[in-house]
Amino acid sequence: MTLLDFAIGPALQWSLMIMIVGLCWRVVGVFLGRWRRDLSRPRSDALVQGGLRAIITRSAPARELEKNIRFQHFTGYIWHIGFFMTVLLYEPHIDFFKSILGFGWPGLPSHLVVFPAAIALAILVMLTIRRMIDPMMRTITRPDDYLSLIIIISALITGLMASAHIGPRYETMLALHILNVELLFVWIPFSKLAHMIFWLLSRYRIGAYFERKGVKA
Amino acid sequence: MRKNQNLGEYLQMQGVSRRGFLKFCSATASMMALPPSAVAQVAEALATARRPSVIWLSFQECTGCTESLTRSHAPTVESLIFDAISLDYHHTLQAAAGHGAEAAREAAMEENKGEYILVVDGSIPNGNNGYSTIAGISNLDMLKEAAEHCFAIVAVGTCAAFGGLPNAQPNPTGAVSVSEIIKDKPIINVSGCPPIPVVITGVLSHFLTFGTIPELDALGRPAAFFGQNIHDRCYRRPFYERGQFAETFDDEGARKGWCLYKLGCKGPITYNACATLKWNQGTGFPIQAGHGCIGCSEPQFWDKGGFYEPISAGQWGTRDALLGAAAAGAALGVGSALAARRRQKKAQETTL
Repeated sequence: MTLLDFAIGPALQWSLMIMIVGLCWRVVGVFLGRWRRDLSRPRSDALVQGGLRAIITRSAPARELEKNIRFQHFTGYIWHIGFFMTVLLYEPHIDFFKSILGFGWPGLPSHLVVFPAAIALAILVMLTIRRMIDPMMRTITRPDDYLSLIIIISALITGLMASAHIGPRYETMLALHILNVELLFVWIPFSKLAHMIFWLLSRYRIGAYFERKGVKA
Repeated sequence: MRKNQNLGEYLQMQGVSRRGFLKFCSATASMMALPPSAVAQVAEALATARRPSVIWLSFQECTGCTESLTRSHAPTVESLIFDAISLDYHHTLQAAAGHGAEAAREAAMEENKGEYILVVDGSIPNGNNGYSTIAGISNLDMLKEAAEHCFAIVAVGTCAAFGGLPNAQPNPTGAVSVSEIIKDKPIINVSGCPPIPVVITGVLSHFLTFGTIPELDALGRPAAFFGQNIHDRCYRRPFYERGQFAETFDDEGARKGWCLYKLGCKGPITYNACATLKWNQGTGFPIQAGHGCIGCSEPQFWDKGGFYEPISAGQWGTRDALLGAAAAGAALGVGSALAARRRQKKAQETTL
């Protein structure tokens, strides 16, 4: 069995299984967790509206903090958009999703996908360096955050190298890229990268909770 | 060709002009990735070369490799070069059969001890030797005996080089490649199902010119022919870059000659010279005929998933397995939520 056979075979199966087990475990565990007891009369029953409002309002920087976090906020948006354009609109990636979901969608020409990928990579590297040199950012960063950054940065680098046929032979580079992404699959449920599922759920839950307390957040 | 006649004299006798011969030498030097200055050396060496003795053993194979070589370019300089070697044993091509033929093989081996080139096509059954025998001799025994005093071995075709189709799961005959049996001789793998005839003659030309084996890649294949993948040299590559793919074999994209990646083309992970040397006197190759590369020059190509599955389509298992994983995860979640509730209740009671 070659490295590529291993990457697209057993490694893919196991990494997907681990990611699904981990994410289902965390989501069900959080939702079945105990809600706090009301210590006063609920101010509102419109929990759904409160939850949905929080999802929208918290997607933009809070007005009071806007000046301080604008840079972090918008560079965060740009790299996420670049990353998801690369993941979702690159034709070989679409073939991968098609093999699992049973359907695909139109993609972008390969040479155009390089741009969002390169932009995402550049911003992510820049944010990582900033995180390392800014005293406040350094204080709130833990080793597992750096590990998450390394895994994503290396997934982008190996992907760009494989598509541009740079470095080792194509099949080796492709296998390294796929193994890198599989490491990401395994790491997602057990790290802050689980925000890919929780960003909506946690905002909704906080919004619903605040609504019950009468806070318009 | 007489035994004491050299190749130059033989080709002249066959009507090959000096210009035609030099043209062939230039092409051979170019194929072998040699500098232009080496053409004269190739010409000199080939013209004065004495024909080497070649013993060709065919084991578990479909004869496609021999067909490829004998039915392709004839009568070209390449085929004359092939004629010019002393093919002392080839049980598919030779008229003799049975014990007489085997006696001829043994005599050729004895006469050219340590100097003959052993060409093998087909894999070797290593489970039950009775699966394939020639004149009552098992393939395994015949290979070991013939390899003992050879100069080098050329494993022609993917079966001899990597086990090939007989080696595909569940491999009932225990088929293995030449290199899994013979460990103490130089082996050149000329893989492909079948291999390109010019590659075989190129390897033999290298022998005749330099008396050494050519530079090989990590899989023991001549680097000059197997150094680049099909995708990098494919004329449809620009369509891949532009994201223009045929989705089916009869759609607009297929008619316009767009990239066959989505139809399972294995060009990006297959190393061979099909896209440059081509087949049928340089007419075309499978991708040019509208079918994706099936990766036939790579090990275990038969067991690498479907021929029509794109490379990036992972073998992710079954939907049931993923649903099972989701159910297991949910059960874990329920368990951990219940445990957390119990802990919280206990903490609350302690506080009160």
